Amino acid sequence: MNSWILDNFWAHFAVFTIVILAFVIIGVMAFIYVERRGFGPFQLRRGPNRAGPFGILQPIADAIKVLLKEDVVPDRADKVLHTLGPVIVFLPVLLIFAVIPFHGQIGGLIANLNVGIVYVAAISSLGVVGVFMAGWGSENKYSLIAAMRVVGAMISYEIPLVLSLVAVVLATGSLSMNGIATGHPLPMILLMPLGFLIFLAASMAEINRGPFDLLEADSELVAGFHIEYSGMKFAMFYLAEYGHALAMSAVAATVFMKGWVGPWDAYLGWFWFILKTLMIFVLLVWLRVTFPRMRIDQMMSFAWKFLLPMALINLLVVGIQVVAFGGDIPWWMMFINFGLAGVLILGWSKFFRPGGARVEYQV
Amino acid sequence: MSIKFERYGKGLAKGMVITLKHVLRPRITTQYPEERLNISRRFRGSDFVWDKDRCTGCATCAKSCLQGNITVVTSAGKENNYVVEEFEIDVGRCISCGLCVEACPYTALHFGLSYEKGTYRRGDLILGRDKLELTPASQPSGYDRPEFEVRLPKQTMLLDRAGRKRQK
Repeated sequence: MNSWILDNFWAHFAVFTIVILAFVIIGVMAFIYVERRGFGPFQLRRGPNRAGPFGILQPIADAIKVLLKEDVVPDRADKVLHTLGPVIVFLPVLLIFAVIPFHGQIGGLIANLNVGIVYVAAISSLGVVGVFMAGWGSENKYSLIAAMRVVGAMISYEIPLVLSLVAVVLATGSLSMNGIATGHPLPMILLMPLGFLIFLAASMAEINRGPFDLLEADSELVAGFHIEYSGMKFAMFYLAEYGHALAMSAVAATVFMKGWVGPWDAYLGWFWFILKTLMIFVLLVWLRVTFPRMRIDQMMSFAWKFLLPMALINLLVVGIQVVAFGGDIPWWMMFINFGLAGVLILGWSKFFRPGGARVEYQV
Repeated sequence: MSIKFERYGKGLAKGMVITLKHVLRPRITTQYPEERLNISRRFRGSDFVWDKDRCTGCATCAKSCLQGNITVVTSAGKENNYVVEEFEIDVGRCISCGLCVEACPYTALHFGLSYEKGTYRRGDLILGRDKLELTPASQPSGYDRPEFEVRLPKQTMLLDRAGRKRQK
């Protein structure tokens, strides 16, 4: 890497901002292709295969289609909020990539923060503001209901998400993304499988996909908070949705699968990072295609009655291990942790009943 | 006491195994313009095949048609017979009941096997002699014609394509 670019602040900023923008746009297109094409075999069909070889140009065709559409703003909508909504939803996605290490020597592309994971946790919850602006500004009851659901769900799932990250920070002894990736010889997915499962479930709810996509709930809320959006603004939401999936996959790959660390990572670091990100995303696609959508009360009880206690227990277990082994958990603890994770999930499932809440109406 | 795993996330694992098995099964969709399924051998559609050598111009088909879609115009021939001047079927109003095919005493009118009969104008739906005549390209369907049915290829069942055995 040219050291002049790394040394000069503004040159560094300009170059890597463009790199991140390009990475996010291309990554989102690749993810849309992977998801639409990947849904095919799961549903006994082929997925898009008409545009270009193997349908590889389908995301571009989608983008052109969406750009050509008319931009409609409802008459009674709050014009400012309606326009600002998609921008504010999309910005945090770009901001997350500022600290994600693509390659060992560089660390975070724009800022090599020593509190990178705190930054990620703080930024990733910003999108909810944009979603609520969109829902409120649309002057539509369905989009408002969907926006309220997003606020409820995202704030609830933020807690187990951050708690599972805190356990990782305890085990690796570092708050920077690069430090977490290199902090422990074992990937965290093996050392604390329970923490990984909690992170996966919480991040699926955070990025509003998989079984937790009830803010879009086509059957009841037509398309959720972006029902009144069309054209480029709708494309921004679409971009932000998949960009968020990309960002969360990248965070999971860095935090739980050691990110760029792999054989010959002095040269192939970026390759390992992208490969692990893609593996996480394929897992997300598999989960999304399998599970039916949850109801709002099931989703809330899952967050508060299952994920939160499990995240606290996971934090306690990891904390005890860190204290017992003086900050360096030996590799053979992973077998014990796997067993513990199974016992805890089975044991807590006995108490947990999704959708216990009932609304009683007075006649 | 046996332990039941109903409420321990067993269903989640089961569902994921099922979707994973789907990946290994053959695709059930047909890539239509390139890949076509064999239609039913007794296909009843908006395509007709008329054998002009067998037709005597008796117009039984026209009488049996509930809609009155079939127009047969004949003139007297030299050997005490009819000569068919005009033979038209208005497919636009046809309900595919098959009475004309069943009524034909000389088995001269059959259903056809083509199903790509969309047109841009209503007038094109009135099939004249040129579109009805029996040619090597337009063969009759096996509806009410067992002798043709045995020669036609068997219908493709999606169950067969999915690699499963049909239940008898």
